[in-house]
Amino acid sequence: MTLLSVQNLRIRFRTGDGLVHAVNDVSFDMAEGQKLALVGESGSGKSQIALAIMGLLAKNAEIDGQIRFDERDLLTLPAAQMNALRAAQIALIFQDPMSSLNPYMTIERQLGEVVELHEGASRAEARKRALEVMDAVRIPDARNRLRAYPHEFSGGMRQRIVIAMALICRPRLILADEPTTALDVTVQAQIMALLDEIQRDMGTSVLLITHDLGVVAGFCDDTMVLYGGRVMEAAPTPAIFDAPGHPYTRGLLRAVPRITEGDVTLSAIPGSPPNQTAAPRACPFAPRCVDAIPACHDGLPEFREGRACIRPVEELT
Amino acid sequence: MSDPILSVSDMRVTFPVRQGQRFPWSPPRRLQAVTGVGFDLMPGQVLGIVGESGCGKSTLIRAIAGLGPHDSGSVSLDGEPIDYARRADLQRLRRRMQMIFQDPMASLNPRMTIREIVAEPLVYFCPELNSRQRRQKVIEMLDRVGIAERNMNRFPHEFSGGQCQRIGIARALIARPQILLCDEPVSALDVSIQAQVINLLKELQAEMGLTLIFVAHDLGVVRHISDDILVMYMGGMMELAPAADLVANPRHPYTQALLSAVPVPDPRVKQQPQILTGDLPSPTDLPQGCLFQSRCPKRIDACARTRPDLLNRQGRQVACLLEDEAERA
Repeated sequence: MTLLSVQNLRIRFRTGDGLVHAVNDVSFDMAEGQKLALVGESGSGKSQIALAIMGLLAKNAEIDGQIRFDERDLLTLPAAQMNALRAAQIALIFQDPMSSLNPYMTIERQLGEVVELHEGASRAEARKRALEVMDAVRIPDARNRLRAYPHEFSGGMRQRIVIAMALICRPRLILADEPTTALDVTVQAQIMALLDEIQRDMGTSVLLITHDLGVVAGFCDDTMVLYGGRVMEAAPTPAIFDAPGHPYTRGLLRAVPRITEGDVTLSAIPGSPPNQTAAPRACPFAPRCVDAIPACHDGLPEFREGRACIRPVEELT
Repeated sequence: MSDPILSVSDMRVTFPVRQGQRFPWSPPRRLQAVTGVGFDLMPGQVLGIVGESGCGKSTLIRAIAGLGPHDSGSVSLDGEPIDYARRADLQRLRRRMQMIFQDPMASLNPRMTIREIVAEPLVYFCPELNSRQRRQKVIEMLDRVGIAERNMNRFPHEFSGGQCQRIGIARALIARPQILLCDEPVSALDVSIQAQVINLLKELQAEMGLTLIFVAHDLGVVRHISDDILVMYMGGMMELAPAADLVANPRHPYTQALLSAVPVPDPRVKQQPQILTGDLPSPTDLPQGCLFQSRCPKRIDACARTRPDLLNRQGRQVACLLEDEAERA
């Protein structure tokens, strides 16, 4: 069953340099229990999509298209109803565990506040729920640490608290925006294993936003690759890695340094990221694409069979 | 075999911490950032240093460059020790050794043009050049790192992160140093741009015969550029080995855990990352024995008593008592 449906989403920002086209015509569906990855480099619009779903875009944003969650249109939903939906049904895990917790509030209050607000729970009940969820994310000695402040925890532990906060109302959809980017690899492995376990136990859908293809490979069923605010390719994860159909996906996969192979020269993607102050008229990747033909610079490629590229897969080198 | 170009021996760095002290007049506690690191570098060698945040890798190379303090230890250039308190020694050091930094934007002066930034080392180190010769050298260097001459009079904010890092590399290399210290040079860059910068560094290293110390937390990146890799944990050396050997056959339990946690970009590989339990020791109160003992899955009783040095154990530089046990058995 479709839980989330994003159709023709466009996000533009009014800035001093003119209109910035951050997200251009992005569409995708997410089923209940699905794990979908949004992969892209900085400026690809991946975080803005998550913020748009949560209704948290900056004031200077212009948005059109449709975001439907469980048959409700989130873009036209009144603020009160949107507030009721946040945390209870859709939760967001931010990248930086340091700045997404209030430094003046104890962990107990911070976690408890969510259930008090959304479910009208009493203080005592909120405390019980906070303890449960802290145990679920395996914070050692949770009972004695309820009264602790965020600064008393390490980065990995803080990210666990942020995940606990997202889980406390058992939402149906978790948006995880670079949840492990600020963490060391050994801690990253712990957090991803935890997310995976929770996802399996609760059947939650997870939209994982990341730039790290390694994390995607180990976690997600399906992968969507973004560039310049457009979907370049969308396919089941194994297909993306085994037979990337878009030159950008292929370039990205080849550019990742792998520990198993040392002395080969990395194949870098030449050029710089796109300037997004003009509305896209052609494939945004064409200026950097080694396989580009003149037609690539003329007209937007249609998104067909899981990819937005005018050249057939067989022709690409 | 030639002599080492750079020798570092028993470097120790501590910082005073005022936080948590009982009285304002009690002596500050010392945070031990680097706890005895030493190595020799041969001309043209590339040494990668990896470790997680807080392991002292950046502090170490800043101390070697003379940009940060150190408590004890010595650094020799071509066999001659450097006295960091002497101006003449520092000049000699900086003539031969330059550094590139993690944040490409922050390491360039926003009020200078690219041309001025890149020319500055020449003004200092090559005063014999006149301005026309300097300009020519700047153009050549910028061209080598892929910045066009027509952009020379622009300011840093007009360039992207990847371009700024190229400019940082041009500035470091224009006066032809022999040693280049790189502190997380690509961690602020996107994957596609990161590969460009790594390839550029590799080419320049080969062309100019540079000796490189490359500090990063990303093992894949370090593996790609280094001849040898040094693994650090809590300011100490855990393992030092040729890059291929270290990755194929890690011997220290920490290196093993670290490698198992690196995500593999291949969905068919079912990874079993070794999850480390236990807390990190406090850097103001390091344990008597092995630095890794509190999280080590293979800990034995002796680990709490003796801190193993990085010694040649069964053909590899490993700081682990288990290797001694294995040898005895």
